[in-house]
Amino acid sequence: MSILVIAEHDNASLVGATLNTVTAAQQIGGDIDLLIAGNGCAAAAQAAAQVAGVNRVLLADDASLEGQLAENVANLVVSLAGNYTHVLTAATTFGKNFMPRAAALLDMSQISEISEVISADTFVRPVYAGNAMAKVQSSDSIKLITVRTTKFDAAAETGGSAAVEAVAVAADSGLSRFVGLAASESERVELTSASIVISGGRGMQNGENFHMLDSIADKLGAAVGASRAAVDAGFVPNDYQVGQTGKVIAPDLYIAVGISGAIQHLAGMKDSKTIVAINKDSEAPIFQVADYGLVADLFEAVPELDKAL
Amino acid sequence: MKVLVGVKRVLDPQVKARVKADKSGIDLTNAKMTMNPFDENAVEEAIRLREAGTVEEVVALSIGAAKSEETLRNALALGADRAILVLTEDVLEPLAIAKVFKAIVEKESPDLVLVGKQAIDDDCNQTGQMLSALLGWPQATFASKLELADGTAQVTREVDSGLETINVNMPAVVSVDLRLNEPRYASLPNVMKAKRKPLEKMDLADLGLDTANRMTTIEVMEPPARAAGVIVESVAELVEKLRNEAKVI
Repeated sequence: MSILVIAEHDNASLVGATLNTVTAAQQIGGDIDLLIAGNGCAAAAQAAAQVAGVNRVLLADDASLEGQLAENVANLVVSLAGNYTHVLTAATTFGKNFMPRAAALLDMSQISEISEVISADTFVRPVYAGNAMAKVQSSDSIKLITVRTTKFDAAAETGGSAAVEAVAVAADSGLSRFVGLAASESERVELTSASIVISGGRGMQNGENFHMLDSIADKLGAAVGASRAAVDAGFVPNDYQVGQTGKVIAPDLYIAVGISGAIQHLAGMKDSKTIVAINKDSEAPIFQVADYGLVADLFEAVPELDKAL
Repeated sequence: MKVLVGVKRVLDPQVKARVKADKSGIDLTNAKMTMNPFDENAVEEAIRLREAGTVEEVVALSIGAAKSEETLRNALALGADRAILVLTEDVLEPLAIAKVFKAIVEKESPDLVLVGKQAIDDDCNQTGQMLSALLGWPQATFASKLELADGTAQVTREVDSGLETINVNMPAVVSVDLRLNEPRYASLPNVMKAKRKPLEKMDLADLGLDTANRMTTIEVMEPPARAAGVIVESVAELVEKLRNEAKVI
């Protein structure tokens, strides 16, 4: 078997989710090639070459791949896919964008967000916001797969010594243009890579009150997240959102503050190793997934927690 | 300008999905069904474009069982002008749905296709991307802002690292995220009016497409249950447990 993993990167280095995707590829088994596609991304390719277990790094460095537009990335993936039995990428907004496009161009189905590898053609994936797990078998000749990265450990970033080979890039599709990225500005660790996350919900009442969580996050080296309700109420920006329709995370410790625990929020955090819920409503569904529940007014409990740390 | 909007009938998101005892799938018997929430945003956006005078006609499309007519009537009550239902009792994969959708696009020649970014039942997040690929059109996924001008669409996309803006040629397929707009509710008079709006039905078989599924569902299982937790009495006890029992801080 031969597997192509499409790496997510920022031109200089790999995004962590790529390392989890490599692990999923290793579980399928076979030679693993990593594709780095972008404009001015040679440094990311060098980083990719160090990843343990990688056979070759394919470098597609071209102006047409600026902004990694789905049309151009998908065309590149299609031009390479014939050499592989499996094509994998992380189920991030990057991977979810181009992979179904590539699959349709190849007339293959896509297997979305696998959480477990059973065999080379059989996988488990969550459905209904993780309320059920479907075991599916694919009959396609090339398996195009996105990987739920929280379900796979990260591959070692070093220890490999893959060769970097340049690959040809098709012409710009001309269908779309990258205008810009307004990156969220945070000095904290990224939600998706943090080992501790503290999230606030509607119970926080306003954006100002989220600063209470900042202080605890600073002490614990944690990332700050939020429920959809808090985001929709305008307390915090959308990239804070943890849930079925936001980020799916599985940190070592997840602290839910003033979050009731809607199905769609639970889908985004219930694989966390340890879950703490602080909520004044003892009936809140969040307590059903919490390892430690504290029924208390958050405006008393949070400052107290801050002091105790 | 004409907009074609895709809508899917799904289990109501407030209802907990229950796995059937024989593990063949989710038990939908007598379950409350509704329009996929992301599709509600797509319908809302299409209607707003028509209200703004940018669009003349909004056509809603559903591909599924006969009861999907309820979902289309809902779209009509919200303001769609007419609806198309492609009937099939089979549960099609997104690739097959995209092929059917493409056949309807070729009949209707819309300038813009709007779909929800994912259906909350299979959580696939594929149909919009696949449809645009099959049509050779550009795609703009996870849209939280849409502006049409001079034959292009400027779309703000919700991505993991923030908000990305792209500009795509029209016609295009745009898949929408929840923050694009706040969907309206259908008023009772509009619900009544929707019953008389045109709804065209056709059989999937008559379209002559290869819609065979590529995947077999071997079984559907309950997710692993979490062990029951404990209620702590104080912040001090919580910190003690996190330090000495869970050893996470």
